[in-house]
Amino acid sequence: MDSNSLKQFAGAIASGAVRVVDLTFTLSPDFPVIVLPPEFGQAAPVRIQQISRYDANGPAWYWNNLTFGEHTGTHFDAPIHWFTGKDLPNNAVDTLPVRDMIAPACVIDCSAQAAQDPDFLLTVPVVEEWESRHGRIPERHWVLLRTDWSKKGWRDYANLKDDGAHTPGPNAAVMRWLVEERGVIGFGTETIGTDAGQAGHLDPPYPAHHFLHGGGRYGLQCLCNLDQLPPTGAVIVAAPLKIQNGSGSPLRVLALLPAA
Amino acid sequence: MTEPIVKPRRKNPLLRTRLPTSPPRARSRASHGFTRAAAEGRFMLQRCGACGTFCYPARDACPACLSADLVFADAPRRGALLSETTLHVPADVHFRERAPWRVGLVAMECGPTLVAHLHADCEEGQPVVMSFQLDKSGQAVAFAHPERETPNMADDRQWREMTADPKFRRVLVTNGRSIVGQEAVAALKAAGASIVFVGVAEPWKPFRGEDALRAIEGVQIVPLDIGDEKSVADLAADIGGKVDILVNTTEHVRAGGLLDRQGTSVVRDEIDQSYLGFVHLAQAFGPAMRMRGSDGVNSAAAWVNILSVYALVNWPAFGAYSASQAACLSLSHSLRAELRPGGVKVVNVFTGPLDIDWFQTVPPPKVAPRVVASSIVSALKRGLEDVFVGDVAEDIRQRLAANPKAIERELGA
Repeated sequence: MDSNSLKQFAGAIASGAVRVVDLTFTLSPDFPVIVLPPEFGQAAPVRIQQISRYDANGPAWYWNNLTFGEHTGTHFDAPIHWFTGKDLPNNAVDTLPVRDMIAPACVIDCSAQAAQDPDFLLTVPVVEEWESRHGRIPERHWVLLRTDWSKKGWRDYANLKDDGAHTPGPNAAVMRWLVEERGVIGFGTETIGTDAGQAGHLDPPYPAHHFLHGGGRYGLQCLCNLDQLPPTGAVIVAAPLKIQNGSGSPLRVLALLPAA
Repeated sequence: MTEPIVKPRRKNPLLRTRLPTSPPRARSRASHGFTRAAAEGRFMLQRCGACGTFCYPARDACPACLSADLVFADAPRRGALLSETTLHVPADVHFRERAPWRVGLVAMECGPTLVAHLHADCEEGQPVVMSFQLDKSGQAVAFAHPERETPNMADDRQWREMTADPKFRRVLVTNGRSIVGQEAVAALKAAGASIVFVGVAEPWKPFRGEDALRAIEGVQIVPLDIGDEKSVADLAADIGGKVDILVNTTEHVRAGGLLDRQGTSVVRDEIDQSYLGFVHLAQAFGPAMRMRGSDGVNSAAAWVNILSVYALVNWPAFGAYSASQAACLSLSHSLRAELRPGGVKVVNVFTGPLDIDWFQTVPPPKVAPRVVASSIVSALKRGLEDVFVGDVAEDIRQRLAANPKAIERELGA
């Protein structure tokens, strides 16, 4: 590729010929975070503490101190997040290859199924059916699971019952298959995690985490606006914060797609 | 007979809010024996260790035998009203705007004569029952009650100045997710609170008792995550001007001390929820409450903290939790001093282990959440500052007074 092509690309973004869609929720204190049993360590919620706002603490400037867990808001999971990926090289957000931060996406629309069943699980046949219409999932692509879950109110979004969360996600077989047979670069969801709400009861538990990170792949969760993406053809820009040995980070996720 | 107070009308926005004034503050150090008695709802007088004479006011030597061995001791409460005086134009600003104000001389059956504020149903020559109360400046004053209950007794104008009765007041209970919080809401409504705002953090998480809480009339659920400065400030922006009583029912209990915990995230959570939550609430709600201390029948009246009695001495089985409670206790003393110019009381309700999930493995006696709630209401109605609920709290209090080193060692055994 020559520099002209890059210039053309920048021009296309500026002119709107390439559309930029924000797939990110606003990072705010009231956004649901993953809930673990209270005896485990908890993800710190997002806190925004004002340092000054053109006041006695800083007459001409406004700024805040932030605290949040690595896995809050729309966020990225690196392989080191899960035990299966703990010994891989370059497995943390500060060391993973920057070229992996820009990759195309296949968007599988399961919003109808998820509307019927909050515990909907993505399976290999569902993906194969998608492939029969849109072609085989190429290597180094993101697979994004569209469920329209991001359009729900917070309570329905978390959907916590007395036996845990009930939110859609992938089953174990499809995660293994996507990693091993399709070579995906990562898997993304609209829900609080890449795994289904009841994924602790699958074999292995939390298969998205297990297979993605064991295979050195990435996770994206709490995405929104997936309904604006075509089944294929969008390019995802997902660059996590460069946190030393970080297991993940909140980030801005952008999708680039040809304007209709 | 006391006229019942009527529910206050909405404020006339054209009128300036009356600012709080303080009754005279100066007291001798010896007199703070009465302050302690009033804070705990006890009736104590100095008693001579040599001759047994009760005396009043506080002094350094026995008026009967000149012995210096004067100690504060629980004393019989009964007396008779010798004389009464109604002040129509007091020189003091605080009392002038509350005139007419009745005071009197009470001859105690145990000996001394007290100058006392009078309940309207006390009559000259009749028996009275005495208490010490903390007035709007936090000083102990003697208060005479009629011997027997009279109609609408708690509505007496002078008595209400000494208390923080929830009747017709608007209350914020900060944590409606906890059982203690839910019991407090029910008890405060039953005590006549006109509205109870109930904070619920992370409303996307369902919780036990939610439907029952929503069903109580006059209860308004509000978003409040006290660990989040902005959440607290946002709520204060909405209702800060109409919170007359704030009940901080924060509950974040975790077992363990220092060495068996890995890392600091649990400790940090404790501090965020308990200590910083307290700071956020105080900074957001405190200034308006202090300003509204004389704002009519539903003036700002009290701030209630529920504290572990292990704030006073560390219980290593819940060592880090105890420390976070100690920090809150210290902060409460600062808040108490800072709210004093407004005449707003800070009530600390000390409890032993509660009968809740987080003390599951702790053997009884444990305090039922309902008992904590009724103690809160009772403390507000009686105008107390320090309340010890249940056997464990009372035991700790007494052992601390006797030998702090012994209890430190025994709790750490």
